[in-house]
Amino acid sequence: MNGSLTAAERVAIARHPQRPNISDYISALFTDFFEQRGDRLSGEDASVLGGAALYHGRPVTVIGTRKGKDLEENLLCRFGMPNPEGYRKALRLMRQAEKFRRPVITFIDTGGAYPGLEAEERGQGEAIARNLLEMSRLTVPVIAVITGEGNSGGALALGVANRVLMLENAVYAILSPEGFATILWKDAKRHEEASELMKLTAADLKELGVIDEIILEPGGGAHLAQAITFRQVDEALSRHLSQLSREKNLAAARYQKFRRMGGGAPQKENP
Amino acid sequence: MSGIFAKRRARLLAMKALRERYVPPENAVACPRCGQDSSHQAVSRNLYLCPRCGHHFPVGAYYRLGITLDHGSFRELYPKIAAQDPLSFPGYREKLAEARQKTGLSEAAVSAVGTIDGRRCVVGVLDSQFLLGSMSAAVGEKLTLTIEYAEKNRLPLILFSASGGARMQEGILSLMQMAKTSAALGRFDKRGLLYISVLTDPTTGGVTASFASLGDVILAEPGALIGFAGPRVIQQTIGETLPEGFQRAEFQMEHGFVDAVVPRPRMRETLSQLLRLHEKGGA
Repeated sequence: MNGSLTAAERVAIARHPQRPNISDYISALFTDFFEQRGDRLSGEDASVLGGAALYHGRPVTVIGTRKGKDLEENLLCRFGMPNPEGYRKALRLMRQAEKFRRPVITFIDTGGAYPGLEAEERGQGEAIARNLLEMSRLTVPVIAVITGEGNSGGALALGVANRVLMLENAVYAILSPEGFATILWKDAKRHEEASELMKLTAADLKELGVIDEIILEPGGGAHLAQAITFRQVDEALSRHLSQLSREKNLAAARYQKFRRMGGGAPQKENP
Repeated sequence: MSGIFAKRRARLLAMKALRERYVPPENAVACPRCGQDSSHQAVSRNLYLCPRCGHHFPVGAYYRLGITLDHGSFRELYPKIAAQDPLSFPGYREKLAEARQKTGLSEAAVSAVGTIDGRRCVVGVLDSQFLLGSMSAAVGEKLTLTIEYAEKNRLPLILFSASGGARMQEGILSLMQMAKTSAALGRFDKRGLLYISVLTDPTTGGVTASFASLGDVILAEPGALIGFAGPRVIQQTIGETLPEGFQRAEFQMEHGFVDAVVPRPRMRETLSQLLRLHEKGGA
């Protein structure tokens, strides 16, 4: 429905302040949401929101990044850029999902992991790495939905899923186009050019096999007709969840899915 | 394992290591830490440590394998895996060709199987001279195959990291290698096998946020920069200058993310000790 947009235009829509956020998705698609706080190690990070909820009457664990709705919340959540405590809380909730045999549903909308001094002191890299490893071997169904921006390891830390779904105007990349242009050309102003080269749109990523399905948005973007957006997301989520619930060996299937990524055609060599 | 093959392998490794020119072969080498000049010979005979202050110069992947494995035990794994250009990124093929020319490597990672004091192990090394040791799909594939090889053969695994992080020109496919390598280590871990991660200067970005941080034991070379976000980005974010020693190996040890900071001359014996300690489970 938004076929002719450029990559840079989609980046702008993905970041639109009125775009539905994690709290909107939770209240639209889930009932009985019980927020769980804290990583049980050192702290609580509001930039990751998570807990147990019912999805069409079935208990699930829902986790997502939170950018915040007003300036006060934005600052509290560092505009959706988690600290290690956020990732460790997410891991704690995923382990509980495993224990109680609940599917895990994640919503991703983040500029990336927060590049702060304290985040480094408390092991930002380790926190992300641990999530990647543990998420890869969960035995319950895991579905990730990229709803806005999905940047860097900070997004992937919630994205090692059996199904990765992506809204039509969402973007998913190694880092922001501004950061990319800075690293490659030392010029953040070339971010539009970077957006085109990075293959960060849902259509590009579908072609590369990084995501499984594109969820169509109403014309002009998800924020213009939120009810339609929620219906679209709900339809895709419930369909994939019921498919996965019938599958066995979900951990092995998830491993194989990521094992294939970027492998090209590995030359068969001895050992 | 006859002597002739061992000798041939040792010679091959030595020749490959010779091609690596980390410390320029000029007569005088200036140390970036203490600023003093030393002769190239004095530095190279000292395992590429500054003879005056002990600063660790970076070393190439084959040199690293040469000083880590028993003489003649080196056998390279998956040598042919090389970067493609999956996103058809402008200028990338030329950059790869240049890096190959400069280093003699096909990619930023080299893997081998060999022995340390007679104990068999699998060793992977990232080489920071090849496009900053960045993680391409080929690097991720090679490391994953290396992890799987160690798992299949039930051998301990040692990975030396040195990386600027993601390979920008491979975009999202570079990012996916973080999940791929970490997932492979998840399987390796389940088999009850030992993984030692050695962090060398610099270990940053997606490498820190994946396999480098997942060792059962994590060692680091003195002074190595280790972190997720680069110091410049952090400085821009917080608008303050960073404290002395921030994100260095010693800092990471103090904050609980590194077991031991091990100088290069003691690395081999430390690895040997760890292999010995994990040889047979007590339980």
